[in-house]
Amino acid sequence: MTDLLEGFRLVLQGDVLIAILASAVYGLVVGSLPGLSATMATALLVPVTFYLSPIAAVATIITASAMAIFSGDIPGCLLRIPGTPASAAYTDEAYAMTRKGQAEMALGTGLWFSAVGGIAGTLALLVMAPALAEVALNFSSFEYFWLAVLGLMCATLVARSSPVKAIASMLLGLLFSCIGMENPAGTPRFTFGMTDLLGGIEPLPALVGVFAVSQVMRALAEAEPPPLPRRRFGSIMAGQWALTKKYPKPMMRGNIVGIIIGVLPGAGADMAAWVSYAMSKRFSKEPEKFGTGHPEGLVESGASNNASLASGWVPALLFGIPGDTITAIAIGVLYMKGLNPGPTLFTERASSMYALYIIFILANLIMIPLGIVMIRIAATVLRAPRASIMPVILLLCAVGAFATGNNLFAVMLVAFFGTLGYVMERNGYPVAALVLGIVMGSMVEQSFVTSLIKSDNSLLPFFERPISAVLAVVTLGALLWPVAAWLMRRLRARRPAAIAAAHRP
Amino acid sequence: MDPISRLSRRGILGAAAGLATAGTLARPGLAQPRYPSRPLQMIVPWGAGGGTDATARIIAALLEKELGQPVNVVNRTGGSGVVGHSAIAMANPDGYSIGIITVEIAMMHWQGLTELTYANYTPLGLMNRDAPGVQVSASSPYKDIKALAEGIKNSPPGKLKASGTGQGGIWHLALVGWLQAMGLKPDHVRWVPSNGAAPGMQDLVAGGIDIVPCSIPEARAMLDAGRARSLAIMAPQRDPQFPDIPTLKESLGVDYQTAVWRGIGAPLKLPAEQAATLTAALQRVYKSNEYSEFMKSRGFGMDWADGAGFGKVMAETDASMGEAMRAAGLAKA
Repeated sequence: MTDLLEGFRLVLQGDVLIAILASAVYGLVVGSLPGLSATMATALLVPVTFYLSPIAAVATIITASAMAIFSGDIPGCLLRIPGTPASAAYTDEAYAMTRKGQAEMALGTGLWFSAVGGIAGTLALLVMAPALAEVALNFSSFEYFWLAVLGLMCATLVARSSPVKAIASMLLGLLFSCIGMENPAGTPRFTFGMTDLLGGIEPLPALVGVFAVSQVMRALAEAEPPPLPRRRFGSIMAGQWALTKKYPKPMMRGNIVGIIIGVLPGAGADMAAWVSYAMSKRFSKEPEKFGTGHPEGLVESGASNNASLASGWVPALLFGIPGDTITAIAIGVLYMKGLNPGPTLFTERASSMYALYIIFILANLIMIPLGIVMIRIAATVLRAPRASIMPVILLLCAVGAFATGNNLFAVMLVAFFGTLGYVMERNGYPVAALVLGIVMGSMVEQSFVTSLIKSDNSLLPFFERPISAVLAVVTLGALLWPVAAWLMRRLRARRPAAIAAAHRP
Repeated sequence: MDPISRLSRRGILGAAAGLATAGTLARPGLAQPRYPSRPLQMIVPWGAGGGTDATARIIAALLEKELGQPVNVVNRTGGSGVVGHSAIAMANPDGYSIGIITVEIAMMHWQGLTELTYANYTPLGLMNRDAPGVQVSASSPYKDIKALAEGIKNSPPGKLKASGTGQGGIWHLALVGWLQAMGLKPDHVRWVPSNGAAPGMQDLVAGGIDIVPCSIPEARAMLDAGRARSLAIMAPQRDPQFPDIPTLKESLGVDYQTAVWRGIGAPLKLPAEQAATLTAALQRVYKSNEYSEFMKSRGFGMDWADGAGFGKVMAETDASMGEAMRAAGLAKA
């Protein structure tokens, strides 16, 4: 109890509160710029943390990353430019809502359920951190292999087009992920002697290209759609309360899936959003509405995305294992400020831990009012003429791609993927599946090859280890279910025919 | 390229960084009338947020105080470090472009990834060096390095597994060098490639592998958590930050040592006086309290060498890495 009070005292300092507010605004602004990622927003804060007290330093990282992840949904929703690979899962859905004139509603859904998911993730961190970390520590490459395959299968579930086209598009993504030397053998593949290709294809330029640049190209080719009617949109939050009451189950499911996937280092928010969106569609009573601007998937994947962000701190705080690039940066800051990750952080420095929890919750609460202001401002973009928006998007894409590595090659990648994305969409191939393939590809390969090296080329451990066996059953079940369903339908259809044939004289 | 990168950095860092630099800029410049008269850029071949990036940023912040000019950190990533290292070597040798050079420069050219070697730089100063430890899981049957060495020798080739970086990465080569120093084949312990030390340490604790020869700061969280043990360090002497971990030589009698390092370099043909100014400033940075506090907090090892000394370190590493890579069959020709 005294630790909790001490935690409050640590947070309720002038410098900490100012740090939270300033980094919240900073995170919102950087995250909302297409092409500038939450990771970059966090990395650029590190030099600033040199000058801050330990709690204030960690507060800036937590707050800025949470805000940037949420506001990464803003360009995704308004302009169809996802800010992070995580938001790529539901960008099309949110954009469809915008086209229906429900931009504020879609963004409000993202905001409200992000905050709910973030708080749920924090509570999980508070109550179960040590237990969750134990589970995460039992995950070896065998388990990650099944998880990655499960993630890949979401491509067909999420897509609205034919499953065959979705799979083709995902396989193309897997092919792109083979480029470079970041593979288990450390051998350059498909680099054609180009130094820039050695590092492989980063998901971010691909993402910006296939979504944003292809959108600009489409705008050039197609006539301008009729302007959205100007109407007064009511309270953003009132609608969210109705959604919460309407979809309590998807929300809870999203929270739980997000927490579980988040604690696994190497899985993270990307996979959480994809899996949750796919699950939401699979278990929905009205799956046919998905992709046409239906909020249900946004509820579940938005909650999952942010829940995984908070629970991603579990392995980072307990064992110094980063769950994603943002926690990797955070671990550096924790060490620098003498808050060394480890179990002692939870026992000997419990007050600092409580302070971190309080900051998490504060950050998610402050997100709601600041987010509403941001949505109101950002929504004016929709009223601007297309001819003035599109060039700005193109410029932002180029600058954002360049800024990730100060490398002109990334800009060319964006152009390449933009063209590719345009051609694919014209022919009905879903680009989201391509992005999924690029994001998951290296994980599938890495986990498969390293598992085989560890097991001396035996496939048995993939099914022998307890967690691995469960995941294998789930994966193979999900894979074979459509086939089984098809066979059953056929058998059932054939039986009456056969009976009829037998009765024929 | 420069104006854009500077512009975007400025725009993003905004007021916060502006304030921070304003404080340091207000100090009077050093008594150097001519050089440096405008901002410098420091190229980092690795991504923002990593250990090299953090080291470069603290050096840049302190160098700014010493030189009286802003030092802008520019991350030039891509090509597994090749792109950024090339950018440092190809920059204009006017003293306004410097960069942080990492141990990979002694490895990439052996793999045939680039023509660049350490000889393409004007070395300015070595700033950090970390030796690998030999880590095993807390539940491992090997309680000390002698038991582990015996266990390795008595196990059939390929039975024990190690991890901690990609195939042909620095920790892989450290393992190869150690095995060779014990008179074993380089693949006697099988290497399991991983995306860095943290996933390797996790797999160690999960029971997937037996040994992780990564640097001790990278293993520290697991060591502190009591999940892993560090049996020895591949360094000439014990690390003052981790005094309980014996060296290979004192505990096993095997005189093998290697390390990762980071240093500051510039393109070739840098004028001698500018090199001298920069080396002197770097030395003051190295000796500052802020630098040693930062390095201590991150657990990074401190090691200083001036330009010539750093050049020697690079040449020695280059030779030993080449040997290990040829032995492991990783070197091209």
